[in-house]
Amino acid sequence: MGLEAKLNKDGFITTTLDAIIAWARKSSVWPMPMGISCCAIELIAAADPKYDLARFGSEVMRFTPRQCDLMIVAGTVTYKMAQVVRRIYDQMPEPKWVIAMGACTSSGGMYRSYNVVQGIDQFLPVDVYTAGCPPRPENLINAVMTIQQKIAKTKARDFQDKPLLENIDK
Amino acid sequence: MGFKELIIQKVKEQFDNSIEEIKEFRGDLSITIKKEKIVELAKLLKEDNDLHFETCIDVTAIDWATRKNRFTVVYHVYSYKNNFTLRIKANIDDNPPQIESVTSVWKSANWYERETYDMYGIIFINHPDLRRIYMPEGFEYHPLRKDFPVLGIPGSLPLPDKID
Repeated sequence: MGLEAKLNKDGFITTTLDAIIAWARKSSVWPMPMGISCCAIELIAAADPKYDLARFGSEVMRFTPRQCDLMIVAGTVTYKMAQVVRRIYDQMPEPKWVIAMGACTSSGGMYRSYNVVQGIDQFLPVDVYTAGCPPRPENLINAVMTIQQKIAKTKARDFQDKPLLENIDK
Repeated sequence: MGFKELIIQKVKEQFDNSIEEIKEFRGDLSITIKKEKIVELAKLLKEDNDLHFETCIDVTAIDWATRKNRFTVVYHVYSYKNNFTLRIKANIDDNPPQIESVTSVWKSANWYERETYDMYGIIFINHPDLRRIYMPEGFEYHPLRKDFPVLGIPGSLPLPDKID
């Protein structure tokens, strides 16, 4: 099956660089676990052996933004925390993606209040929104797979002119 | 004589003219006192040899919005020795809303008073460090006041710029 069968037959495959780079990229999405409140518990559950995010190449939660390319914002973002989230996002090298995990990050959720940002898309470019309060691990895994589909469609040259770090303070 | 009666007797002895109300509701004792006497009452409660209210466990406030004395400052103090929680209240008016700080008696009141200042705008005179504690520096409003909208005032809290 799959690649192994090809290897037995011919010993080589032909493809495009774009395809193979996108394939490599989507198969090792390293998340930044931006666990701010209760969604973080489901984020942990998604990474544990039962749900096993590792099946999709995303098991390496990096606690430094410099080694990540996917930010999973898991939890209520207050106006005070928004500055921190954005600062961490700015430190992630290009190309990078964002999952808004749960109701709070997507829309403010049940916190319809003066201190909570009503949707992190007010200051971050969100790629995938995840419904739920908190979302089940399957839901988060689905979000990661959606990101993978998005990455698979990218071309390597989409990112070549972008500097590695853009908005960061010099 | 029970402990409650002892508290009432000792407080009445020293502050008879300044007490506005002494009330018991479902086993909780509340003393309402004129705001000028709050520190003296605190001293009595803490330093009396029988009462021993060593700890201030909470300071908060109530905004009555339309009442003449707009705010009530509420203190909860606790005596370990007698295992008793007492509530002290003081009514204050709105121009400007201020009351003497009890940090000189209970050090733990420091952050509670900062919180009450942050949320209600009540100024605690002689507080050692009266800054906001929750809301960011430079925020101009007091969110738990009744005239503050639930969703806040647009633009009053800074957000990072939008990027695509």
